[in-house]
Order: sequence, then C-alpha cells, then structure tokens
Amino acid sequence: MADPTKVDPIHQFHINTLIPIEIGGYDVSFTNSSLLMIVTAVLAGGFLFIATSSRGTVPGRAQSIAEISYEFIASMLRDSAGSQGMKFFPFVFTLFMFVLVANLLGMFPYFITVTSHLIITAALAILVFVIVLVYGLWKHGFRFFKLFVPEGIPVVLMPLVVAIEVISFLTRPISHSVRLFANMLAGHITLKVFSGFVVSLTSLGAVGIVGAILPLTMAVGLTALEFLIAFLQAYVFAMLTCIYINDAIHPGH
Amino acid sequence: MFVVEAYAAEGETQAGTEVPHDDAHANTFPPFDSSTFPSQLLWLVITFGLFYLFLQRVVLPRIGAIFETRSDRIAQDLDQAARMKDEADAAIAAYEQELADAKSKANEIGQSARDSAKAEAEAERKAAEAELEKKLEGSAAEIEKIKQSAMGEIGAIAEDTATAILQALTGAKATKAEVQSAVAKARG
Repeated sequence: MADPTKVDPIHQFHINTLIPIEIGGYDVSFTNSSLLMIVTAVLAGGFLFIATSSRGTVPGRAQSIAEISYEFIASMLRDSAGSQGMKFFPFVFTLFMFVLVANLLGMFPYFITVTSHLIITAALAILVFVIVLVYGLWKHGFRFFKLFVPEGIPVVLMPLVVAIEVISFLTRPISHSVRLFANMLAGHITLKVFSGFVVSLTSLGAVGIVGAILPLTMAVGLTALEFLIAFLQAYVFAMLTCIYINDAIHPGH
Repeated sequence: MFVVEAYAAEGETQAGTEVPHDDAHANTFPPFDSSTFPSQLLWLVITFGLFYLFLQRVVLPRIGAIFETRSDRIAQDLDQAARMKDEADAAIAAYEQELADAKSKANEIGQSARDSAKAEAEAERKAAEAELEKKLEGSAAEIEKIKQSAMGEIGAIAEDTATAILQALTGAKATKAEVQSAVAKARG
C-alpha cells in the first residue's frame, strides 16, 4: 500500500483473476484462490507422498508426521463412527488435510486464505451433508428417519422434538461451514487490524513507535493464536464430519 | 510469484485512485461476492477431487501398508523371541535334568558303597559273634565236664568221709559197698 496510514483489513480477501477463463457464460478464471487451492493440494499430497516413499519400518521424521496424521484421523473416525465408518476414512482424511493446509497457508503474508470464503466452506459442508443423507437413505431406507425420532420421548412431546431434530439436521451445513469461514475471516481481519495499528502508529514519529509496541505484541500473540485456530478449526471440521457420518451409519439415537 | 504481483498491482491501483478497479466486485465484501463463486467452486472441485483421488489411491494405501508391514514385522519378531525363549527354557530344563540325574547317580553310588560297607561290617560282626558263641559253647562244655568229674569225685570223697566219720563215731567198719550205696541213696 502506498499510503501506510490507510489499512484495509478486507483487502486480503479479494479474489484476483490471474488467468481469465470463461466457460458457458460463467467466469471460472484461474484466481489467486485457485492457485492457493492447487498449492494446498500439491503441498499436502506431495508431502505425504514423499514422506512415505521410503516405506520405512522405523519411520523418519516426515514419515512419522504422515503416520501420526493418519492415525489421528483414523482414531477420530473410529471413535465416533465405529469401524463401519472407516469406509469414509479417505474422505475425512482428505477433508482434514485440505482444510488444515489451506488454513495454514493462509497464515503466509500475501497468501489468500481459501477457507475464509464462505462458498468454499459451504461447498465442503454441503458435500458432507449430501454424503450423509445419500448414504443414510441408501443404507437404511426409511429407517434413516429414525434419526429424527429419539427413543423414550413422550408422545405429546414428539412433534416438537421431531421438529427440532429436523431443523437441527437441516441447519448442520450452515453451522458447519460458517464456523470455519467465520473463524478464518475474523482471525485474519483482527490480525490485519492490529498490524495496521503498528504501521499507522510508527508513521507518527518517535512517540508512535513506542506506542506501536503494544499492537505489535498483540499481532505476534495473535499470529500464534491463529496458527492454533488454523489447526483447531480443521480438527473441528473433521470431527463434526465424523459425527455426522456416524448418524448416517447408526441412525438410531 | 503471481499472488504477490497481483496483490501489488491491485494495491497500487486502489491506493492511487480509490476507485473500484475491477467492475463491481471491489465494493462488495469479497466472501459475499457471488461473481467469484463459479470460479471458486470449479477450482475447489478440481483440486479437492484430484487431492482426494491421489490420497485415496496412492498415499493412504501406502501408509496402511506401512502399518501392516510393521505389525507383521513386530508379530514375526515376537514369534522369534518366543521361539528363542522356548529353546532357552528347553536348554535349562535339559541342564536341570542332567544335574538331577548326576545327583541321583552320586547318591546311588554313595548308597551302594554305604550298603556294601555295612553288609561287610555286619558279616564280620556275625562271624566274630559266631566264633565267640562257639568258644563260649566249648567253655561251657568244659565247665560241665569239669563239673561232672568234680561231682564224680564228690561221691568218692563222700564215701571216704562217711567211712571215716562212721569209724570215728562208732568204731564199726562199714563195707565199701554199703557206704557206696548209702552215699548214692543220699545223693539221690
């Protein structure tokens, strides 16, 4: 930015067209977001591929990371959805890795955070929702709707409970996607605002430089916090996916 | 890098003019700018789909295979350890057995030596006893003989004494045959 006193915390979320592409009247240009998605997939996939290429019985450092992430997601899925849920393991693992690496890459200055756009998180959440719905119906047929009818509820309360259950089921993709999106968006805005304070204050001279120490400390602390949140939100996203998949596999409460 | 250049270019435009540089969507909040949705969705589908296929086909089976090989290896090593332990146990058992055999053999030898020594001592003792017995018997017979002869002599002494006493008391002379029969009568 040419004018250091002007800070636009929203600027970092702009989608910039790198290669204009238009198909069937839709603008599907290759953008900075597309680039980051490719970097995410290539980086995560490449790392896992290279890390496991030696197939060591005694793992090295990189292989350990690959194995730990494998075990981490596998135990998470097994704990919440049972061993039957393991058929969704590749999906959950891909989801976790993609979100995690996209979140972490977003921490680099000038890199857009792919997951800070609602459309991306919504697409992933709806994908989970559709998979749960389709698999649940295909596997259990109408018994899948037992999901909305908890056992041991008095008949009088039944309509109310079922209504609540249906609404909570239908709003899942919203909460699922907004949680990740909002966390990423808010975190990056906060980070940018505090960093902006530093720039603004230092331009005021000696007093400003001293005064800038506080927002600088905050920005450093927030950066650490953002790294934690980047991991945590990927974890939460995958965890919720596991819980929803469990509903598709075991619809009875 | 593309991103940096693009960002820098945009930053300059924006800072320089304050006029939205890119049709409408510079003014709207970027995450809610629906004009970018088709592009984002398409590229998400492409990258996420390929990433999924790559992980599912290549990476995850590979990590799974690593785990399998490792657990196989561990099971194999455990088997080997168990087998070696069995062998060691067998060796210990054989050693114990041999030790016990040797001990019992030693006992046996000792016992038989003791037994034969005892038997020998017993036999010697018996022989000595038998000899003593024989000697004792011989002595007893001698004593009996001496006694008999002494008793025989007692008759003669008694006859002499009786004759002498009779002569001294009565002055009569008894015949030898009379005294003899009287003594024999008295002796029973």
